[in-house]
Amino acid sequence: MATTPHEHGHNPALLHHFDTPGQQKEAATLGMWAFLVTEIMLFGGIFMAYMVYRWAYPAIWAAAAPHLNTPLATVNTVVLLVSSLTVALSVHAAEAGNKRQLVLLLLVTILLGVTFLGIKFTEYGEKFAHCAGYASPVAWATGGERLAEPECLVPGANFLFPVEALAAEGGVTAAVATAAARPGMKTPHQLFFFLYFCATGLHAIHMIVGITVMSVIAWMASRNRFSPAYFTPVEIGGLYWHLIDIIWVFLFPLFYLV
Amino acid sequence: MSTTALINHYATNRATTASAWLKSWLLTVDHKRIAILYLISINVFFLLGGLAASIVRLELVTPQGDLMSADMYNRMFTLHGVIMVFFFLIPGIPSVLGNFLIPLMIGARDLAFPKLNLLSWYLYMGGGLFALCAAVFGGVDTGWTFYTPFSTSYSNSNVVLTIAGAFVMGFSSILTGLNFIITIHKMRAPGLTWFRLPLFIWAHYATSLIQILATPVVAIALLLVLVERVWHIGVFDPAIGGDPVLYQHLFWFYSHPAVYIMILPAMGVISELIATFSRRRIFGYEFVAFSSIAIAILGFLVWGHHMYVSSQSVYSGLVFGFITMLVAIPSAIKVFNWTATLYKGSISYRTPMLYALGFIGLFIIGGLTGIFLSVVAVDIHVTDTYFVVAHFHYVMVGGTMMAYLGGIHYWWPKMTGRMYNEAWGTISALVVFVGFNLTFFPQFIMGYLGMPRRYHVYPQEFQIYHVMSTAGSTILGIGFVIPLVYLLLSLRYGRLAGDDPWDAPGLEWRTSSPPPTFNFETQPIVTEEAYAFQPEAAHL
Repeated sequence: MATTPHEHGHNPALLHHFDTPGQQKEAATLGMWAFLVTEIMLFGGIFMAYMVYRWAYPAIWAAAAPHLNTPLATVNTVVLLVSSLTVALSVHAAEAGNKRQLVLLLLVTILLGVTFLGIKFTEYGEKFAHCAGYASPVAWATGGERLAEPECLVPGANFLFPVEALAAEGGVTAAVATAAARPGMKTPHQLFFFLYFCATGLHAIHMIVGITVMSVIAWMASRNRFSPAYFTPVEIGGLYWHLIDIIWVFLFPLFYLV
Repeated sequence: MSTTALINHYATNRATTASAWLKSWLLTVDHKRIAILYLISINVFFLLGGLAASIVRLELVTPQGDLMSADMYNRMFTLHGVIMVFFFLIPGIPSVLGNFLIPLMIGARDLAFPKLNLLSWYLYMGGGLFALCAAVFGGVDTGWTFYTPFSTSYSNSNVVLTIAGAFVMGFSSILTGLNFIITIHKMRAPGLTWFRLPLFIWAHYATSLIQILATPVVAIALLLVLVERVWHIGVFDPAIGGDPVLYQHLFWFYSHPAVYIMILPAMGVISELIATFSRRRIFGYEFVAFSSIAIAILGFLVWGHHMYVSSQSVYSGLVFGFITMLVAIPSAIKVFNWTATLYKGSISYRTPMLYALGFIGLFIIGGLTGIFLSVVAVDIHVTDTYFVVAHFHYVMVGGTMMAYLGGIHYWWPKMTGRMYNEAWGTISALVVFVGFNLTFFPQFIMGYLGMPRRYHVYPQEFQIYHVMSTAGSTILGIGFVIPLVYLLLSLRYGRLAGDDPWDAPGLEWRTSSPPPTFNFETQPIVTEEAYAFQPEAAHL
């Protein structure tokens, strides 16, 4: 009995209110798992909205999905999956006490995360460039190639779903489609693209948080803060990263591959 | 630093400068100090919410709208609802009593994540600041439920600020719940098995489960409302094929379990009070423990009973109604077991016990009218009437509020080291009980007769009930001010309490009052079940 709180000069990472490093690590890990549950519930609201509207407007969903850039998203999926591998390996490196490998793997993870965001914002940029009347973000910046067929897939006052795609949905004549296709058109197509921007945007915010967390952990690793006896931040940071990855694994088929 | 030095430091914690003193509070990671920060801030919000309620009641004395315009009235009852729900009832018992007591009751030195605990308080205050700004800049008129499309497209009030406040407060609630769950799992003293835990801990465990599972859903729903309000694009907008009822589903998926966030910790408090003041182990301990978990689980399956008239199909209404009735079973298990505990107990009518007995009576009325309302046909008849208002006030004020006050009195000596004045305590408990019933019982009658809620003008025939209700709320208000005065006075003039003024067996009484920074001088080891009262002490 009588474990007094401050007899642990041997392990500076052990906080005063825990008895053993094992207890502290279990608490931190369980805490992260519980937090991941809340994250799933947070995205759950958006998935629920997606489910309701996809069930209500299946034809529109089928027509809208091909207007997203699937090749870029596929590359992004690969990038994220590889980053999950490097995170898993970094936890392994921390366990083995290999500092050089740990820092390197964390930096690669951060780089992959930044790549993902870069590609994501290229995708967003494309949509916004189309609304401005240009074919691509580069053309928008340099005043280059204009878009042949007007199209604006950013929800809001200028939203315009292409006419031929509207007609192709079936049940709608070309004349009706042309009449409907005016900027700011109020159709459920907006719901699809709103959910797309919302879900991937929320995911991107989580990526930014994840990259920040990984940067701090990489900095800590480079300052020799971890050892085979203590690397909890690497482990729970890795858990968070895997969750972001898994959410993308669901978003990708739901929006790009319907 | 040795243990003794730390304890001495706490005992003689007289910071030399004002800024050091302020820092010792605002940057503290001690769960007891954070609980006291919560106690002060939550009571301030309670007084503000109570003030708004008094203005609402004052307006309703006469059938005409003479004190304020319809618009102002909308803003006033919304202010009352938002503050009371998000800033008093939901955080109330967990953040004050739970924060203070959970580590003490399980023999731990602190919560698992002390810094996260402090962050929760700052988030709470941040959210509160948003909500108060919204009120100062003209208020909000949507009601605390923020129903779309009114909140997204039509309301001309500070919806964005208020929703931001509720959103931020939600994260405070999530982090508190998370902290409690991990603490209860990982920080229990040696020998303290799950079935030796006080029922207060079981209740808070169930509450925390709801907090971490349900709150994120309302967070995303409110975020979507926010986006729709700011950029005029969103998923709830019927103009583009969106469904406003989806918002109601997401909102009530949180906000129905949220009423169990309010009542479950209250039930935990009542279990402690009943045990101590009848000096018996709670009858059917395991049943009471599991009934908390059962309420938490069932609570997730009944949100549709808020939406019987919102285009939801009759069949899902019937299913939701049936599951709602099932909630009565674990609730009744609790009430019957508390009553059975009283039987042949050595009962002493101290102030906390008066609140606990008041709770049982009022909760029975609140709970039984809840069963009336679960029946689709009855509910449709009284939808949006004062019957509903009376029902949920019986549960929230008659339940949560009574338990909060009872708990504050019971653990006041532990938190402050001083006893409150027992005579005034008895008086306040009786005044609150009488005032409460006079305020809300007439509302059942007028609601049944057809008085709709949220109207500031009404037919002459309802005036008598409104006058009774307003008179009752005045008495209730006095009942709340009396404890405020004598509890504050007790800080200076109260008798020193000693470690264990109630001769109660819980671990929180096995340390000094107030406890030292790390709670216990030596690690407690538990060898017996909860509520192991010494038989010979029963005659004291």
